[in-house]
Amino acid sequence: MNEQTVDLIVIGAGPAGMSAAVEATVRGLSVVVLDEQGSAGGQIYRNVQQADAHQRRVLGSDYEAGAQLVAEFLQCGARFLSGAAIWQVTPERQVHFLIEGRAQILQGRHVLIATGAFERPMPIPGWTLPGVMTAGAGQILLKNAALVPRGPVVLAGCGPLLYLLAVQYLRAGVAIEALVDTSGTGDLVRAWREVPSALPGWRDLLKGLQLLATLKRAGVRHFRNARNLRVEAQEHAQALSFECGSRSWTLPASLVLLHQGVVPNTQISWSLRLEHDWSEQQLCWIARRDKDGETSLAGVFIAGDGGAIGGAQVARLEGRLTALAVAARVGAINAHQARDLAAPYRKALARQRAARPLIDALYRPLLQNRVPADEVIVCRCEEVTAGSIRQFVELGCLGPNQTKAFGRCGMGPCQGRQCGLSVTQIIAEQRRVPSAEVGYYRIRSPLKPITLSQLANEEPLTQEPV
Amino acid sequence: MPVEPLFRALSPAKNTVRIEFEGASLAVPAGVSLAAALLASGVTRTRESAVNGRSGAPFCMMGVCFECLVEVDGQANCQACLLPVRAGMRVHRQRGARDLLAGDQEMADE
Repeated sequence: MNEQTVDLIVIGAGPAGMSAAVEATVRGLSVVVLDEQGSAGGQIYRNVQQADAHQRRVLGSDYEAGAQLVAEFLQCGARFLSGAAIWQVTPERQVHFLIEGRAQILQGRHVLIATGAFERPMPIPGWTLPGVMTAGAGQILLKNAALVPRGPVVLAGCGPLLYLLAVQYLRAGVAIEALVDTSGTGDLVRAWREVPSALPGWRDLLKGLQLLATLKRAGVRHFRNARNLRVEAQEHAQALSFECGSRSWTLPASLVLLHQGVVPNTQISWSLRLEHDWSEQQLCWIARRDKDGETSLAGVFIAGDGGAIGGAQVARLEGRLTALAVAARVGAINAHQARDLAAPYRKALARQRAARPLIDALYRPLLQNRVPADEVIVCRCEEVTAGSIRQFVELGCLGPNQTKAFGRCGMGPCQGRQCGLSVTQIIAEQRRVPSAEVGYYRIRSPLKPITLSQLANEEPLTQEPV
Repeated sequence: MPVEPLFRALSPAKNTVRIEFEGASLAVPAGVSLAAALLASGVTRTRESAVNGRSGAPFCMMGVCFECLVEVDGQANCQACLLPVRAGMRVHRQRGARDLLAGDQEMADE
């Protein structure tokens, strides 16, 4: 087993993972990078190398900029295994994964979790119906398959991705029925007041405002401060209804794309029983890390949005810093070199992070879309409503783990990814205690579906492809 | 079965492959995920809930929500959004919970 131990296993080939691999290989480390997707880039630079000119123009310059990093990564000498679904990571830094239907094991001296973010669930009435997807899904279809909505589409919720997708659809010639925004102009004033130190964040804010200006120029209907969103449907989405101002609206839509920000994918970090803290600023769980990204478990690091939401630029810098720390740990560079090499990255990181509190305050998702009304399904896999969870609390249920025993909440195939945050917040509100006290699901492997026969035939990864 | 597709291609697909969905042959774009291929072909329902039969369809497209679970060539619990489409795939909606005994029978038949 020992000769196959690699210095650094990187889970996820997005901006954080790719940057870490590039820096680590430059320092002479052996690196294996695993990713669930078929190609490198993560969600943000998904398919960037394969995208044609038209797709690139539609998706914009921030997307295109990823091509350089992907190219650099593919040439860096790290071994890249795409299509690898990680179903278990052990505290001894063994990574178990499925690739082309085979189960394999890889032993690392260090592991970097760079699994990025996924979209915060937006449980509103009707969100489980066919014809309702996330805005991220809409963008992935654009990147992966150059598909755009065919019929009337409504984008609803809040956050920069919603505006970005609307602009990308405009460039692609898609008629947008409306942008139904749950945030409003008042939020900007409030955000400035709450975050007085956010002046360096002005540039990021401007980007959002430019997107909005583009939508306005194109005449896209933009409803602000929308409340009580509901998908109207028979078997399939037909319209989105909501309240705005003092009026009720119902807009026809065969496709409703929902979005209210992104949250760290903490599936692996929870399964490792790492220390997590509830962030009131980002309304999600954040794994505890030191300045190099090392978690409460020695040798296990997190970089990028999988740690806390910071965006692609922050992810790149955090990936570099983790790689330098690991390089120093294995003796490839000494402590002085590590410090000197890290200095410019740390400086840039402080600058990049400055805008975040403002963005978080500006696009804070509404309480009613995080802690929904009784009739709304929260756990999509097991069809558990918010009302049922409140009943469980009245019967003495204290936290997410007990909701499993009360009503199978969180026990379906997604393993709580879609309901976990909602369940924590619903219980916290009902019990009138902080979310931190309520806690989260106890996540266990297998993190991805694996058959018994695959498990029985599991074997160590061979040194190089045969 | 396939109805009016929710999505259209920005430009006609350069290459297509044939797959089977619920017994019907479909020509779908090559080089995309199975979920994208199904959406492009007007498939709007890909599973039925194990609890109450509710129709499910691809939702997040990035492997998180497990709404796009389908059966591919007899293998249940496949995430269609993570699986590259391949010529000749035989795809079925995942209906309800996996029947362990039926699974045993399939293996015995092989």
